Parts: sequence; C-alpha cells; structure tokens
Amino acid sequence: MPAGIVSYGVYIPKYRIRVEEIARVWGDESDVSGNLNVFKKSVPDVDEDAVTIAVEASRNAIRRGRIDPARIGVIYAGSESHPYAVKPTGTIVGEAIGTNTDLTAADFEFACKAGTAAIQACLGLVSAGMVDLGMAIGSDTSQSAPGDALEYTAAAGGAAYVIGKDDLIAEIEDFYSFTTDTPDFWRREGRPYPEHGGRFTGEPAYFRHVTNAARGLMRKIGVSPEDYDYAVFHQPNGKFPLRVARQLGFTKEQIYQGLVVPEIGNTYSGSCLIGLAATLDVARPGDRIFVVSFGSGAGSDAFSIMVKDGIDKLGNGVPLVRDYTSETKNEYMDYAMYAKYKGKLRL
Amino acid sequence: MTMSTAPRFWRHIPQRYNLIGTHCVNCGEYYFPPREICPNCRRDTVMEDYKFEGTGTVVTYTVIHNATEDFERQTPYTLAIIRLDEGPRLTGQVMADPDDVEIGTKVKPIFRILGKGGEKGIIYYGTKFVPV
Repeated sequence: MPAGIVSYGVYIPKYRIRVEEIARVWGDESDVSGNLNVFKKSVPDVDEDAVTIAVEASRNAIRRGRIDPARIGVIYAGSESHPYAVKPTGTIVGEAIGTNTDLTAADFEFACKAGTAAIQACLGLVSAGMVDLGMAIGSDTSQSAPGDALEYTAAAGGAAYVIGKDDLIAEIEDFYSFTTDTPDFWRREGRPYPEHGGRFTGEPAYFRHVTNAARGLMRKIGVSPEDYDYAVFHQPNGKFPLRVARQLGFTKEQIYQGLVVPEIGNTYSGSCLIGLAATLDVARPGDRIFVVSFGSGAGSDAFSIMVKDGIDKLGNGVPLVRDYTSETKNEYMDYAMYAKYKGKLRL
Repeated sequence: MTMSTAPRFWRHIPQRYNLIGTHCVNCGEYYFPPREICPNCRRDTVMEDYKFEGTGTVVTYTVIHNATEDFERQTPYTLAIIRLDEGPRLTGQVMADPDDVEIGTKVKPIFRILGKGGEKGIIYYGTKFVPV
C-alpha cells in the first residue's frame, strides 16, 4: 500500500534582516545579495527556538489535515539547533500538539537534511504498519559566527510533515540516498558556532551529493527531469539550487515555485522542506515533484512525490509559505537588533 | 533556578502548552486555571477538562520598561490581562510593538519560551499571545 504525506505545515519567524545590512557592518563592498541570490533572511524572536518553530509548524500541519493527534505514533524532529543537548525536542512537540503517551520520539541531526531523514524513518514505520501516522519535522534557528560567510544566510524556520498511508495528499513513490564522510561543515560539542571548509562545501559536498542522489533515484525508478512538474533542491543560497538543477537537466520553471531562499535565507533542516511546502501550496492532483535535500557531513536524500486527490480536501485558513514570506508580514531589523535577538552580545 | 522547580513546571505543562482548564457541565462556567469544584454548583459540580482556543481580548495591559534580569533583553514588552472568548481571564505576554496593543485588541495564542533556568536549567515553554 502506498505511503506518503497526509498533511504538512510550516512556520517562519516574522523578523528579517537584509543581507546588505550584514555586508555593511562587516565592510563587504561586493554585491553579496546578487552573488548569493539571497536578499534577506529570517531572524527568530528572542523567545523562539527550534522547539517553538517545530511546535508551530506541527500545529499548522495538524490543523491543515484535521488530524487527530492521538493517531500519531512517532515524532522524529530534525535540527542542528536543538535547544537541549540532552532532552528530546520531539517530546515537547508531542505534548504541545496533544498526542497521547502511546508514542515513540527521537531527535535527528544531519546538518541541513535531518528533516528528510526524519521523513524516511517515519515512512519505514508507517509502511511496516507499526504506526498509524508519523510526524517528521525539520526545524532550525541556525547559528553563524559574527562576520562569517554563513551569517549572510543562516536563518530560522521549519516544516512538519504528517506521514501515513490513508488520505494521502502526496504519495512518496520512492527515495534514494547518497552518503559519504565529507567534512565540509561541522560544529563540535559545546561550541556556539559551526565551522566550515569555505569553497570546499561546493563541489565535493553539495554538488557531488545532490547530483548523485538525484541521478541514483532517477536511475532506480526509471525517470528523467521531464517527468516532473516541480523540483526542489536544498537551498544553502540562491545560486546552488539553480546551478545543480541545470546540471541535472531541470529547468528554472520547475524549481522557481519551491525556491524560497532569496526571501528567507537558509533555514537548514527546514530548507528544502519549506521549499516542498511552497510547491504543495499550489500543486494539483497528478503533479509530480522531485526533491533532493543536502546535509553537510555529508549526504543527500532524493524523493519522487506524486500529488494525489487528497490535496483538494485540506483545510483552509492555515498559513501558506507565501503568508510568511509576504512583505507586509515581515518586520526588518538592523544588525544591532539582530545581534541582540540572536544572543551574539555577551554581557 | 530562577523561575520554578522542575516538578512545579511539569505539573503546569498542560495549562501552559495548551491552555487546558475546566468546564462545569452543570452550569456551563469555564475556569482557567482549572478548578476541581465549581463555586457556583459546589456539590453539584460536574467538571470536565476543557482546552481553550486561546483567542481572546485584551482587558488591560502594562508595558514593562524595567524588567527582571531574565527579561531585560525583551524590554519594552507588554503584559496583558486577556479575557478568553469562553470567559476566564489570564495574564500573558503579548508579543508585539507596545504601540500595537490597546484595550480591546483581539489576540491569539503562540507557542514560545516563557523563561529559562539560567544557562544550565530547564527551558520553560508555554503560551504567549499576538494580535490577530
């Protein structure tokens, strides 16, 4: 019996800082926004973290699909900014969305692809008939050292997907993963900010893993880019997904709907899951979506998704991605306020 | 520990996360925080748990400019008495520019960090509000 997505929800904080403002502070006179194809990034409020974002996204998923939370038997929460080193994010989400105690939960970490790894794990339990529904979450308030190149894009946001076998809005036809030991980006225990290999994170990391996962899946199920209406690739900036799409044979038209990074930055574990949500926001039954995540360290998960009739039965009144990215819903801050909100000022 | 002990916070999780109160089926009154005995009905109380929607109206408010250490990075912020649509009143933080909050403002709930037990303690999550 096919399995896939029963509902989904997203959450993106309302605050934004312009990339140009960050460049101004650090004296970078190059066209950073143009070079990255990122113009602003989301900033969490002082009382938001990966847990609160996960809860808001999960509640949106529950409302959109009119899901009885008691049916959820597993919560896997992916993040690289879990607020507790020891104390699972998933337990707090479960309590906050009203699951019962007949529940298994665990936190995932795989840089920017922990959310898609959570979807894979939920799919396994659902497909085996061991749980009725699973909740897979990708949520981050990503960190970046002051003045580091990551600071231009490291943003906050998340998405939650309810995985099941009945009342599908989209069937996950198959997935394929490509994983190696590639130290392009890391954060040691107890350190506040990640380190990275600079340009090394391009070819040997992002492009190698995304293209291998994508080609592996296409080979596995015998498809080509023309078979898809939409494609979503992990979005560390606005250039990489465009370039990798071109390398693989996808068109700009296929990826523009899910390309959210120019407006919100890189939401790490939320990145391609928010891009997928933006695509599902407009998708019609019969549309086919190709999704490839990337997590530094490194690995990629590729998914082939077929939109089903159930998408027309979802509840209204739940925020779409564009409701969070709408210019009228955003509040801009300067670097000083950003530094205060992100706790970069040590008193 | 600056806010409460772990057991004390744990006991209040249903109220703080999901605004779980009570409803007297006998007279129809709603209570938050929850009561076991309805003061209207006393021995005739028929109480049930009730999850409030969390939508309500600002009855009155104050803007905090000089906060305790835990909240000094959030100043100025708004504390309001909010009348939930079902009737009970509670005190909550309204996360908005203080100029955007006034008596009669309609609000809805959001899930946020209420406080932290310093660098090492528990993170206290719960409900705050934003204007609708």
